[in-house]
Amino acid sequence: MTRRDLLAYLPGATLLLFLTPVAAGLIGTWLPAFGYFPTLGGDSFTVEPWVLLFDHPGLGESLRLTLVSGLLATVISFSLTVFFLAACHGGRITLAIRGLMAPLLAVPHAAMALGLAFLIAPSGWLVRLVSPWATGWDLPPDVATVQDPNALALTLGLVMKELPFLLLMTLAALEHSRAEERLAIARSLGYGPVMAWLKTVLPAVYRRIRLPVYAVLAYSLSVVDMALILAPLSPPPLAVQVLRWFNDPDLTMRFVAAAGAVLQLLLVVGAIALWRLAEILVARLGRIWIAGGRRGGKGRVLRAATTSLVQLLVAMAAAGLLAMALWSVTRRWRYPDALPSVLSTDIWARQGHDLLWITGTTLISGLAAAFIAVALVLGCLENEQRRGLTISARALWLLYVPLLVPQVAFLFGSQVLSIQIGIDGTWIALVWSHLLFVLPYVFLSLADHYRALDERYSRTALCLGASPNRVFWRVKLPMLLRPVLFAAAVGFAVSVTQYLPTLFAGAGRFVTLTTEAVSLSAGGDRRVMGVFAFLQAALPLIAFAAALALPRRLARTRILREQRA
Amino acid sequence: MTVISVTKDYGLALRQVELAHGGGRFLGPLSLTVAPGEVVTVMGPSGCGKSSLLAFVCGTLDPALTGSGRILLNGAELASRPPEERRIGILFQDDLLFPHLSVAGNLAFGLPPEIRDRKARRARIEEALAEADMSAFYDRDPETLSGGQRARIALLRTLLSEPCALLLDEPFAKLDVALRARFRSFVFEHARAQALPTLLVTHDPADAADAGGPVLEIDAGGQVMARRTAHLG
Repeated sequence: MTRRDLLAYLPGATLLLFLTPVAAGLIGTWLPAFGYFPTLGGDSFTVEPWVLLFDHPGLGESLRLTLVSGLLATVISFSLTVFFLAACHGGRITLAIRGLMAPLLAVPHAAMALGLAFLIAPSGWLVRLVSPWATGWDLPPDVATVQDPNALALTLGLVMKELPFLLLMTLAALEHSRAEERLAIARSLGYGPVMAWLKTVLPAVYRRIRLPVYAVLAYSLSVVDMALILAPLSPPPLAVQVLRWFNDPDLTMRFVAAAGAVLQLLLVVGAIALWRLAEILVARLGRIWIAGGRRGGKGRVLRAATTSLVQLLVAMAAAGLLAMALWSVTRRWRYPDALPSVLSTDIWARQGHDLLWITGTTLISGLAAAFIAVALVLGCLENEQRRGLTISARALWLLYVPLLVPQVAFLFGSQVLSIQIGIDGTWIALVWSHLLFVLPYVFLSLADHYRALDERYSRTALCLGASPNRVFWRVKLPMLLRPVLFAAAVGFAVSVTQYLPTLFAGAGRFVTLTTEAVSLSAGGDRRVMGVFAFLQAALPLIAFAAALALPRRLARTRILREQRA
Repeated sequence: MTVISVTKDYGLALRQVELAHGGGRFLGPLSLTVAPGEVVTVMGPSGCGKSSLLAFVCGTLDPALTGSGRILLNGAELASRPPEERRIGILFQDDLLFPHLSVAGNLAFGLPPEIRDRKARRARIEEALAEADMSAFYDRDPETLSGGQRARIALLRTLLSEPCALLLDEPFAKLDVALRARFRSFVFEHARAQALPTLLVTHDPADAADAGGPVLEIDAGGQVMARRTAHLG
C-alpha cells in the first residue's frame, strides 16, 4: 500500500477510532438498562432496572438539581455572551476580554470549581476578607454557599467555565460573518449599536455557534467533577448519582446505573430538542421584531452592565486560582484572618512522591493524546486538501458527537468493550478514552488555520518540483507551526481536564491530577487540595505558554543563524 | 417628497477633511459641497482612500484610521455623532441584503419605527416595491433575486430609512454593463426626486459622466488633482 493510499483511509479510520467507543458504549449501556448483562446473570430483557430507578426516593430531586443548574448555566452564559458582544463589539474591552478568556478556558473544570469553593465557602476567602470587622462573624456563617440546596454554586461554576468557551467560539464565528459590513449598513439606517448587532449580526453568527451551544447544554446537564465539588450530594445531580450506582459494591446496582445513564442521555436529547424549538420560536418572533424597525438607543447601560458582569466573573476565577496557590503554601491560616499567618512549602515537599507520580501520569496521557490527535487531524486535513474535499455540516455533527453525548451515558459501555478486547486499565484505554474528547477540540482549533493557508504557497512549491509530502513537511508544517502547537496545547489541556474517562478507562489504576483533586475535595486538607488543584490548573497554562513561546524562540534562532551566515 | 428650499446651508459639506493612518496622512485635505439633488463624484485609483472617505462621513471609519475636518449636513456638525444619528444612507459595491430576512423584511428593516401600524408599514413597503416594478417580490428570499434586483432592493432599503444624504461607494461596479447604466439612472432619479445630496466615489468615468455633477479627481497620494463640472449627458 502506498503512502497516498494510507492517507486516504485516515479520515475514515479517525472517525471509527472515536465513534466506535461511543456507539459500542451506548449499546453496552442500553442493554444492561433493560436487564441484559450476562456477566452479572442478566440474560433476559426486563424493565426492572427502570422500576428500581423510578422508585429511588431521591430521583426527583436529582433531576431538579440537574435541570436547574444545567439549563440556568446555559441560558446565563449564552445571554451574557450575546449581550456582552452586542454591547461591546469592536471595543477595546472585547480585545482585552478575548486575551483573558483563552487562559481561563485552559483551566480544568475541577480546578475552577475548587477555586470557586475556596472563595465563596462560608469559611472561604471572601468571608475572611470582610470578617469579623465588617460582618461580626467570628465563626464561619452557617449558610450553605457551596453545595447549596438549589445547586446555584454549581451553576455559577459552570458559567465561569462556559462563558470563555462561548465567547471564544462566538468571536471566531464573527470573523466569518461580515459583521463590520452588516453593522455599517444597519447603523447608517439609524440603528443603535446593540440593536444593529442583535438584528443583523446575531442571526448570522448563531448559525455558526449552534453546535457549541448544544455542547455547552449537554455538558452542563451531565457534568460530574464540578458537581462533586459544588453541588449538594444527598441527593446529588443525576450524573453524580449514576456514577455512584456504577461504583456501588452491590453489583446488581449496575442495572439501575445503566438505566440512569440512559435517562441522562434522554434528558440531554430532550433539552437539546427543547432548545431547538425555542430557537425556531425566537427566530419567528425575531423576524416580526426586526420588521418593526425599532432603532434602539446607545446601549450604554447594557455595555456597563455586561462588562462589569464579565469582569466580575474573570476576577472571581482569578481570585479562586490565587486562593488555591495561597493555600498550597500555607502552614497556618486561621479563620477569620484575611491572609495565612505562616507560609511554608512543607505541603509540596510532603506530597513529593505522589505529586511526581500523579503529575507524570497526567503529563504522559496528555502529551500522548495531544500528539496522536494532532497527527490524525493533520492527516485528515492534508487528505482533504489533496483531494479537494470539503467537510460538510453533517460531518461536523459527527465530530461533535463525543461532546454532545453525556459521558456517563456511554463510558460504562465502552469500559465493557475494553474489557472484552483486553485493554481495560491499560495506557491504551486511558489515552484512547481521552482522545475521544481531545480530537474534536484539536480539529476545531486547527481546521480553520489549515484551510486558510494561501494555497499558492504549496502550488509554488509543487511547481518547483517538490513532492506533496515534501510540501507538507517543508512548507505547510513550518508555516503552520504556531497553530499546530496551539492545537496541541488545546489537546493537552482537554486531556488534563478529563475526569470520568480516567475513572472508567483507567479502571482505578491511573490517578491523574484531576481525579486526585476531585477525590481530595470530599473532605481533605485545603492545603493538599491547593497543591493538586493549583498544579492541575498550571499544567495547561504552561502548555499554552510553551506553545506561544516556542515558535518565537525558533524564529529568533533562525534570524541569528542567518545573521551569522 | 419633501420640498427643500435650496439655501447656502442646505446639503452636505466637507471642510478640510484629512484621513491618516498611524500619523501619516493618506487623503486630503479635501473640501467639497453637495447641494440637495446634486451628485458630486470623487474619482481616484483604487487604494487612494475613497471608501475610507465615505466611511468617515457616515461614521464607520476603521478604528485603526483617524479622520479630521468638519462634516456638515444641512448646517449641522456630524463628526462627533454616532453613525445611527447622522441620517446618512450608504450603498456599497455589494448589496449586503440580510440573508436571514425576506425582501420585505429587508425593506422593513430600513423603514423608520415611527410608522407603527403594521398595515401602514406593509403599504409603504408595497408602494416602494411597486415603484421599482418589483411588486411580486415581497416575500421572496433575497438569494433568489438577480444582481440588478438585489441592487434595487438595497437602494429602496436605504431610501425607506428617510436619509438626509446619500453616499455611493462604487455600487455599480459589480453589475454588468447594460444593467449598470439602468441601475445608475434609477439611483440618480430617486436621489434627485428626494432632493438628496449625493456623494459618489468611483473609478469608472462613465459613472461620473452619468452623474452629471461636479467631479473631483484624486491621485494615488490622496491629493485633489482637478475639479471640473461634468458635461450634462
